[in-house]
Amino acid sequence: MKISLFIGCFNDTLFPDTGRAVVEVLERLGHAVDFPLAQTCCGQMHNNSGYGADATALMRRHLDVFDGAETVVCPSSSCVVTVRQAYPRLAAATGDAALLDRARALAGRTFEFAEFLVKKLGLEDVGAYYPHRVTYHSTCNSLRGLGLGDAALKLLRGVRGLDLVELPGAEQCCGFGGTFAVKNAETSIAMLTDKLAAIRGTGAEVCTAVDNSCLMHIAGGLSRERSGRRTLHLAEILNSVEGSMAS
Amino acid sequence: MSTDTPVHEGPGILVERPFPAAARDALKDAQLRRNIGKATTTIRAKRRNAVAEMPDWEALRDAGYAIKRDALRRLDENLLKLDASVTAAGGTVHWARDGAEANRIVGDILAGHGAEEVLKIKSLTTDETGLNGALEARGIDAIETDLAEVIVQKGGDRSSHILVPAIHRNRAEIRAIFKRELPDTDDLTDDPKALTAAARRYLREKFMTVPCAVSGANFAVAETGSVAIFESEGNGRMCLTLPRVLITVMGIEKVVPRWDDMAAFLQLLPRSSTAERMNPYNSVWSGTRAGEGPEEFHLVLLDNGRTAVLADEAARDTLNCIRCSACLNICPVYERTGGRAYGSTYPGPIGAILTPQLDPSAEAATLPFASSLCGACYEVCPVKIDIPRILVHLRSKANAAKGTTGEALAMAAMARVFGSERLYALAQRAVAVGQRPFVRDGQIRALPGPLAGWTAMRDLAPVPKQSFRGWWAERKR
Repeated sequence: MKISLFIGCFNDTLFPDTGRAVVEVLERLGHAVDFPLAQTCCGQMHNNSGYGADATALMRRHLDVFDGAETVVCPSSSCVVTVRQAYPRLAAATGDAALLDRARALAGRTFEFAEFLVKKLGLEDVGAYYPHRVTYHSTCNSLRGLGLGDAALKLLRGVRGLDLVELPGAEQCCGFGGTFAVKNAETSIAMLTDKLAAIRGTGAEVCTAVDNSCLMHIAGGLSRERSGRRTLHLAEILNSVEGSMAS
Repeated sequence: MSTDTPVHEGPGILVERPFPAAARDALKDAQLRRNIGKATTTIRAKRRNAVAEMPDWEALRDAGYAIKRDALRRLDENLLKLDASVTAAGGTVHWARDGAEANRIVGDILAGHGAEEVLKIKSLTTDETGLNGALEARGIDAIETDLAEVIVQKGGDRSSHILVPAIHRNRAEIRAIFKRELPDTDDLTDDPKALTAAARRYLREKFMTVPCAVSGANFAVAETGSVAIFESEGNGRMCLTLPRVLITVMGIEKVVPRWDDMAAFLQLLPRSSTAERMNPYNSVWSGTRAGEGPEEFHLVLLDNGRTAVLADEAARDTLNCIRCSACLNICPVYERTGGRAYGSTYPGPIGAILTPQLDPSAEAATLPFASSLCGACYEVCPVKIDIPRILVHLRSKANAAKGTTGEALAMAAMARVFGSERLYALAQRAVAVGQRPFVRDGQIRALPGPLAGWTAMRDLAPVPKQSFRGWWAERKR
């Protein structure tokens, strides 16, 4: 399959290893991958923060870049939710019927990475090996925005050597929420504190998820605790194979 | 603050401080967090079970949503019909543009009867209008009869939950309040049975002696002129049946066209709110009847900003709310801060969208930002209010009202950078260089300015030297 990668500004700038892992897993599975260099940001932050006009401009740009793509895959649940749910609304608000058609069409062709592997390709085992104790945080956007279900858990169960431990209260928000983490820092941290306690309770070495934004927030707390526990995007776990330098 | 310090008692919507500041104080109160965390965890689990019993829950939600949408679309017709039906059944209908007008109407009726005391059934609408304070100013003592409202009222406190107003109080605190405020409580223990018995003694005497009562309404049916209250204690029923004069104050959005429309809500409301299959007391009355119940019935229809909400298409669904409180109980923000941080009769996610639409203050405009947009509220809402979508809409309105702020300029600048592949790649490199002064031992532990909130308890990993696009371009060469 010919796949166009959508690596949002956040992952592109802060978590390049996640994008590399997505490329390598998809190529290992025999797919042709392209990364349109004209892409920048989908406009999620602008939209969620209440800057609809800026978000609409960024949506137009994103549509220009991906209009021609057959299938778009993105390793960030919140960016996918923006394309799938916010774009049709932003487009509808402009009153431009053609724009709405384009937004709806792209929404139907854009998939989160784990969702793509399990629901589109029907895969649960991608040949990964990762001999560590791992717990999974179901991000709000993957759980409620995408309805990802247990797709990511299926992939984790398919990883050889991986000891998957359930995260209590996994459906509870970690407290990131984009600008919420800064504008309502105290509340955000109170939510994070409970999430960190839950992670600690599992005894896991690694907490994984399908969105680096939540993981950055969790990792920030873990780093301050100096617990030695860390976070890693699901794609990077799936890209770890026997004999490789497990990251 | 779960001390016994009396706080402001006045109109129910009084957002005096921006949410982050109010939340900061609430978060410091460990007892409050424990009380609320414990209560919401319990009710969440109960609700999940109560909902799981219903094989057609999603269909019921759809039905509830459709009925409310339709009822609101024809609100004008429904209200006129309700007015006619209530009048035909022997009641009197009053129309109030705002809270002050509603309070004046209620006060005038009570004054006309020479009332010095009036019984109250727990009512969010009269809390919204600040009725108790308005009556007090006219020398009329409003006596709350819902157990939790008694605790709040006698504690000189304000409610922190729309269904369980005293959720933030534990039984030791309740004992102290009762001992101070209720008669014959010298030997009172903190046993819940003893506490309830003390309240009952106090209330029974009031039920038997006070001839006027004020209630809210859960629903009103246009075709029959019926008003309905669903409750758990039976104290409401006492107020609805024993007094000679009954006054109901109702937000105009509570009207549904047909009797049959109640079927969906009789199932949706109790399971969503108290996790019960049915409310223990369902009272429905239509006007007055000789020899039975109140001799005089007044219905006050309150707008107080609701028609403006209706006019805003993107926010209209706010009026679907049936005040079940499921969104409060599931909300991770509410769970940490409690209700008083929202500064309104309506706390939690529904308050974060309803309050700023009823109160145009800059403080109330901070409420739509008091959410991580986690979506749990939308998922549990029995009438499918897409609260996260409305939060985002209200954020836009709040930003527009503030005009050109530093944040708006920064957002516009970022949008410009993202508008050009070249500027974007340059900015990526600039950040990688600009962060250097803040990096210590491979982590950023303190940031200046508006980003300081991030590093209050979280580290930040530095931006890697090579971006993904840098790696991709190099690989393709």
